Amino acid sequence: MEKRLITLIVNEQAYEIYVNPKTLLVEAIRDHVGLTGTKRGCETVSCGACTVLVNDMAVKSCSVLAVQCDGMKITTSEGLEVNGKLAPIQKAFLDNGSYQCGFCTSGMLMATSGLLKENKKPTKDQIKESIEGNICRCTGYNSIVRAVEAVARGEYKEGSV
Amino acid sequence: MIHDFTYLKPGSVKEALAMLADHVDECKIVCGGQSLLIPMRQGLLVTDYLIDIKGLNELSYIKYDAKEGLKMGATTTHRMIEKSDVIKKHYPVLVEMEDRLASTQTRNWGTIGGNLAHGDAAGDPAPVLTTLNAQVKIASAKGERLVPLEDFYTDIFETVMEHDEMIVEIQVPPMPAKSGVAYTKFNLLRNDMGVVGVAVSVVADASGACKDARVVLGNAGVTPIRAKSAEKVLVGKKLSDALFAQAGEAAAADADPVSDIHASEEYRRHLVKVLTKRMAKKAWEQASK
Repeated sequence: MEKRLITLIVNEQAYEIYVNPKTLLVEAIRDHVGLTGTKRGCETVSCGACTVLVNDMAVKSCSVLAVQCDGMKITTSEGLEVNGKLAPIQKAFLDNGSYQCGFCTSGMLMATSGLLKENKKPTKDQIKESIEGNICRCTGYNSIVRAVEAVARGEYKEGSV
Repeated sequence: MIHDFTYLKPGSVKEALAMLADHVDECKIVCGGQSLLIPMRQGLLVTDYLIDIKGLNELSYIKYDAKEGLKMGATTTHRMIEKSDVIKKHYPVLVEMEDRLASTQTRNWGTIGGNLAHGDAAGDPAPVLTTLNAQVKIASAKGERLVPLEDFYTDIFETVMEHDEMIVEIQVPPMPAKSGVAYTKFNLLRNDMGVVGVAVSVVADASGACKDARVVLGNAGVTPIRAKSAEKVLVGKKLSDALFAQAGEAAAADADPVSDIHASEEYRRHLVKVLTKRMAKKAWEQASK
């Protein structure tokens, strides 16, 4: 099958990669770009572990073809930190114990980052809605919601951590 | 494992239709791919050519006109519909429906045209749009035609579209005066697929009787079903709780559900009965305001 040359702008860096058109975005990010923070979970659009931002919108990268994102801006969990400092949402997850095994964490970070990009002051219900598509088997979700609430309350300043 | 395919990316609708005409029986169209990529990955769906219309921005629009009603392009995402002020104002039921359609991530990438073309009987837009009397505009290289959504589905995952055709637009007429429409679905997670879904629209006349009614059931058969005997219970009468309950009984008889891992046939009929009663009442309360 003829491979196609595409450009993915992952975490503000352009990657030119040759992919088989059937390559999923999650495969391109993990296997071609080499960033493994984004997880492959259910691969049936159910669990949310593969959530990334495409042009600042949260999507599940297991259900998007990499070729469809040619030229687009992708943000993964590795792209959240700024100049070596954790992003507010990352620090809030740490402080609130918003994970145990950590497998869902990058997806949770990206789903809630997508929410915070759209809405800086989400309500508790809006926070819960933003992670409805993300499954966590450890935390029971409350600590994740608390972390996002803390960011929404302005407890964490960008680049302060 | 997805089987290999040749990827085609048209730059315009015209080009997409020409590609469809060239590869009629050996191609599939992908847009958001939120439904299509799952059977492809499971090996249930194999195609030689995949035509990707996600980038066709000429089909990504929401237009409203008081006379013509609502027009949505096929590649309009669920999230655009959900966030549209004009839809919120004139068709709030569509916003409520979209809000529960799937997770935010899926709504961000999936499209209305893709959802309707996929033809899953558990899909949310088809029952709601059918109660709103919507039509789909279908195009091929030979021309365009309009099909009422009610006549669009022929069997499980089957539509009236020929293999060289695709949906380009969804048209919804303006809401009649003194009308109401309500939709809900039963599921365990708020934005999961519905075990069943029920949409009801009603129009009241000057005397306060029900002039017109549409009851459409989702996931209660292989396609969305119009529960016509439930509609007969409602039309021509001044509606009451007793009639809403009677409409529910009639809708349960009209339903033709399967038993599966999510619910038995009997339970689905029960849900249709209860949800039809509730949605008819909710729609009527809006209409008789």
